Amino acid sequence: MTKTGGVQCEISLTVNGEPRTVRAYPMDRLLDVLRQQLGLTGTKEGCGEGECGACSVLMDGALVDSCLVPVLQAQGADVVTIEGLGGDARACALQETFLEYGGAQCGICTPGMILAAVHLLREKPEPTTDDIRQGLAGNLCRCTGYVQIFEAVAAAARRGVAR
Amino acid sequence: MKDDRIVGLSAPRKEGRDKVTGRARYIDDISMPGMLYGATVRSRIPRGKIKKITFGPGINWNDFVVVTAQDIPGKNHIALIENDQPCLADGVVNHPEEPILLLAHPDRHALPKAVEAVSIEYDALPPVFTIEASERQSEIIWGADNTFKTFLIQKGNVDEVWNKADYIVEGEYTTGAQEQLYIETNGMIAAFDSERGVTVWGSLQCPYYVHKALMALFNLPETKIRVVQTETGGAFGGKEEYPSMLAAHAALLAMKSRRPVKIIYDRAEDMVATTKRHPSRTRHRTAVRKDGKILGGEIDLTIDGGAYLTLSPVVLSRATIHAGGPYEWPAIRVRAKAVATSAPPHGAFRGFGAPQSLFAMERHMDRIARAVRLSPVEIRRVNFLKQGQTTITEQTINEPIDLGGMLDRALENSSYREKKQRFARENESGNTKKGMGIAAFLHGAGFTGSGERYLRSVVGVEGTAEGRVRVLVSSTEFGQGTNTVLSQIASETLGLPYDDIEIAQPDTGDVPNSGPTVASRTAMVVGKLVASAARGLEQTLTASGTLAANHTPEEFRTACRAYVAAHGQFRSLARYDQPANIFWDDKNYRGEAYSAFAWAVYVAEVAVDLTTYSVTVDDFVALQEIGRVLNPVLARGQIIGGVAQGIGFALYEKVEWRDGRMQNGQMTNYIMPTSADVPPIRVFFEELGNTHGAYGAKGIGELPMDGPAPAIVNAIEDALGVPMDSIPLLPEDIFDAMASASKRESDAHFPAGVR
Repeated sequence: MTKTGGVQCEISLTVNGEPRTVRAYPMDRLLDVLRQQLGLTGTKEGCGEGECGACSVLMDGALVDSCLVPVLQAQGADVVTIEGLGGDARACALQETFLEYGGAQCGICTPGMILAAVHLLREKPEPTTDDIRQGLAGNLCRCTGYVQIFEAVAAAARRGVAR
Repeated sequence: MKDDRIVGLSAPRKEGRDKVTGRARYIDDISMPGMLYGATVRSRIPRGKIKKITFGPGINWNDFVVVTAQDIPGKNHIALIENDQPCLADGVVNHPEEPILLLAHPDRHALPKAVEAVSIEYDALPPVFTIEASERQSEIIWGADNTFKTFLIQKGNVDEVWNKADYIVEGEYTTGAQEQLYIETNGMIAAFDSERGVTVWGSLQCPYYVHKALMALFNLPETKIRVVQTETGGAFGGKEEYPSMLAAHAALLAMKSRRPVKIIYDRAEDMVATTKRHPSRTRHRTAVRKDGKILGGEIDLTIDGGAYLTLSPVVLSRATIHAGGPYEWPAIRVRAKAVATSAPPHGAFRGFGAPQSLFAMERHMDRIARAVRLSPVEIRRVNFLKQGQTTITEQTINEPIDLGGMLDRALENSSYREKKQRFARENESGNTKKGMGIAAFLHGAGFTGSGERYLRSVVGVEGTAEGRVRVLVSSTEFGQGTNTVLSQIASETLGLPYDDIEIAQPDTGDVPNSGPTVASRTAMVVGKLVASAARGLEQTLTASGTLAANHTPEEFRTACRAYVAAHGQFRSLARYDQPANIFWDDKNYRGEAYSAFAWAVYVAEVAVDLTTYSVTVDDFVALQEIGRVLNPVLARGQIIGGVAQGIGFALYEKVEWRDGRMQNGQMTNYIMPTSADVPPIRVFFEELGNTHGAYGAKGIGELPMDGPAPAIVNAIEDALGVPMDSIPLLPEDIFDAMASASKRESDAHFPAGVR
């Protein structure tokens, strides 16, 4: 949360396919750099301690809590946020099924949840219900009780298979 | 009825696309030029007099804006019911985390250190931490007797039933505090302008509650206060009253600094300083005939309100009215009270008192069943309310409700009987014990008694220059589907496509007061007003001769555009008028408590692991009668989400208190259900309609919070044979309950004096 001092440095990374260079303290959270410096406010803060997953982004293909990632660690990394999913067929299918099946209510966990689901379907294109339950267990949702999220992910997976 | 019906279909969530693409703008996503960040210095003790405030070394205090109670231009209270809660403590604190002064600075990272550097000396006063200590009144912390409110319901003559009883069954049941735990923490931005006054934008449920509080605090007329709701990331009641406090703080800093000020609570501050569900204690004493029929009983219900009155009387009211469950009581006396303790005020949370008193009622039904040697199924069947009978407030049930039929259907859908038999067999061996539990309950929709009459909500519907329709309400969307359902209602009423309907952003400068977004009232009460205002719009066009009675959507759009071109703003308003046949006696708590009840039977299947004492809910059936389902996907989502919160209430969510302060204010150690913890939650609807609700709807938002906890705890008792009467029920609590039960059993083998 607080800056830990030191001197600001330049950090280069790829965000949503575009090379970006930011000036930040090494221990600044990737979450704050994305939201405040790059204006990518689709990534949300829920707890600030890696428990809720609202700040989930993909970093070099891995699902990470951006509130726990010091920006220095993102040097040279390829970061994808909810804003960068436009061209991803799997993500677009998920966005449609989330709308159709009621996977989003208040919407604050939704960007992180969709990134977690994208990550899950990349690893397991044909997930079982249990795969989905476990795969999303790092992303908390207080509104839905998860069931309609499971249905949305399963439906997106089916559409992916059909394609 | 038109062919192209939209009510009853799963219209897509109105603001859904913005949410799934990350474009939706929540309060922390918004910045303003020159904006400062605000923070709150809070009490570190539960109760005492403030002796001295020191601004410590190491901080350049000239860079900070500092606000104290002396900076408040109007009244130093958060206007609600009793106005007893200060906006900023002035000389005395009554609970831990009570706001004392405010700081603002351009760099949000500079604030935590500055908050730490303010030291406050107190003369400590003795605190009161429990319902029992508050009742003893050895220390008076509020009013004359630590009591915020009492209610008494009396029906029939309870004193005559005890002699006729075959059994008298007693029990005491308690429920803990529960944190709402919306994933978006509380946040607000305020701006001040000497011409325009105060404007606040934020995450909130009730724009006009905030509006009222700011008028009193700033001593400004209603036109000089503007409250705008931004996209709100969950609320569940937790953003009903506290946002008035936060808006007041941001606005005071904005007035003093003459710059916009943003305050966003971090998770820890949100959890320890803001409201939670009221802890409760309920005692039942019931006279029962040997066939299981309840002859009468007494219920003693107490809730812990925390340090200030806030909404406690209203929470208590709902708890009181729901205390008898969906049963016919020939005679009953309910004594209820809300007491003060030295904790942050407890407040609104989905269910609003009913989950507490219904937990007690439904646990007690299983206790009665055991005493009378009937099954949990039969004890309920014998006592269910039927059409023509009266509730404990003597409200006659006029609808053709069939609770016995609902019970049968829920049992069938959950394979209750078959599983009961199988578990009884399997539980004889093995280390996992399984059980089935039932809860039957009701939830009154809308404000209690005369509440809606006093609110007199107003709704507007506007025809725009583009020929579109805008719904104008202060009713807010925070995930439940307000935008979608109200759009469906307007669309259906006007015969226009769903996409022609827009919902205006809730902004007190633009929308009328359609009442607070609470009490499961929006679809039912506000929805009906939307339909009525929409009809008014259409009638204006037909009366002006520009629109035929039978018209196409395109003809409506053309007429609407022409009307706006000719006359300017085109709005139709509708105001709530209470039906004449609704009678409520506020003094004796008697009469038509609610214009409609939703009814439900829930069945839980659990497994208890006797190595870890952890409980898993393996299956859950939620069957309810809710009038009419306006949007199946959203309605089902409300039920499933409420059941998941109920599972948390029963099994996971424990606030650890020390000296009136929550110790586990983190998601790491205050545990809510994850996707790995929820069972299949299977939802079934019955629809009897409701003449008081839009297109037959009843309120459903809170209903699903009431039933899960008792159904689950009844299932645990079924699995273990040991009664559990307190929630939350964590593995260590189950271990303790089993240990003391086995001790009681061994004590029973050795009568007193033998050992």
